[in-house]
Amino acid sequence: MFFDHLVLGAAGEFLNIGDILVTLVIFILLMVLLKKFAWGPLMGIMQQREDLIKSEIETAENSRLESHKLLEEQRSLLKDARTQAQEIVENAKKQGEVSREEIITTARAESGRMKESAVQEIANERDKAISAVREEVVALSLLAATKVLEKEISEEDNRQLINETIAKAGEVQ
Amino acid sequence: MEHGAPMLEVFGIWFNLSNVMMLLVAALIVFLIAFIATRNLQLKPTGMQNFMEWIMDFVKGIINSNMDWRDGGRFHVLGITLIMFIFVSNMLGLPFAVVVNGDLWWKSPTADPTVAMTLAAMVLILSHYYGIKLKGLKGYSAGYIKPMPFLFPLKVIEEFANTLTLGLRLYGNIYAGEILLTLLAGLASASIFGFAAGILPMMLWQGFSIFIGAIQAFIFVMLTMVYLSHKVADDH
Repeated sequence: MFFDHLVLGAAGEFLNIGDILVTLVIFILLMVLLKKFAWGPLMGIMQQREDLIKSEIETAENSRLESHKLLEEQRSLLKDARTQAQEIVENAKKQGEVSREEIITTARAESGRMKESAVQEIANERDKAISAVREEVVALSLLAATKVLEKEISEEDNRQLINETIAKAGEVQ
Repeated sequence: MEHGAPMLEVFGIWFNLSNVMMLLVAALIVFLIAFIATRNLQLKPTGMQNFMEWIMDFVKGIINSNMDWRDGGRFHVLGITLIMFIFVSNMLGLPFAVVVNGDLWWKSPTADPTVAMTLAAMVLILSHYYGIKLKGLKGYSAGYIKPMPFLFPLKVIEEFANTLTLGLRLYGNIYAGEILLTLLAGLASASIFGFAAGILPMMLWQGFSIFIGAIQAFIFVMLTMVYLSHKVADDH
């Protein structure tokens, strides 16, 4: 071969068909064996991993959507609950307002009534007291007048007279 | 400096036993690495499995940068095997060279032009095969008169040039690296002064050769996918 003299340790005028054959056979054999024992399984496992990752991504995507949906649901539920709670509070407040109003009105009415009756009673008592006093005064005056006049006028007339006097005095007062 | 090769003739076919041995060693190492790394495969990769998956993704990236995965997926196994085989082959010659009775036994198999050219020719023949298989004979032939019919001679030359450059680039880089390593090793083993003078460049050159070996493996696979995509892909 024309480049035989370039070979490390070339030895003459040979066409190394043997080397060519050996190179080809060894390389192709190596390739076949590696494909069977190394590359095949390795490619299989890489493919498997790729599939796994793909499915995992899909699952993750799905669960993300799911959780998003749940979140939305929870959020709306929470919102509902909040509105409801607000409503309840509002109602209670209104209710309270009404009761307060009612209680105040009742109390006011009650106190008015009590005051009135007290006034009435006071007036009654006063009248009673006045008449009692008046009577007492009449009796005293009568007693005094009797003592003073001694039988001049009948007791009946005197009483009349004194009563009148006292009534006048009351009016003047 | 000049070493012989352990040649053997079987049925009129000449074998370079050094090449045979080194190819077997490289194949064995690649197989063992891949085989051990892919035992106990797990969905959550650990250790060596990570490394192998990185290589697979790396080659996948190379293929994807050249053609659609629909077309290129079938070359994945070829690409991974090529890159690992060539890388390991490139590395084999770096630590030492073994000479027995004047015959060079231990070296990089890719430092032999026959081996490198065989791999390159295999790739180019594969590209023609898949070109015909996927696009039909008509589509394949039409590729030679695109974009202009008068470019036909250039296209034919290109096919041979591709084969030659693909193989010889790999061979040349590795061969040159080993030649220089041999020279430096000769210097380092000549005398105590030679050792002092040779040890540093030796280390530097070995480090650089590791880099070269990795780059060449990558370039070989990259160009393999480029040539395959030229024949296979529609978008050209």
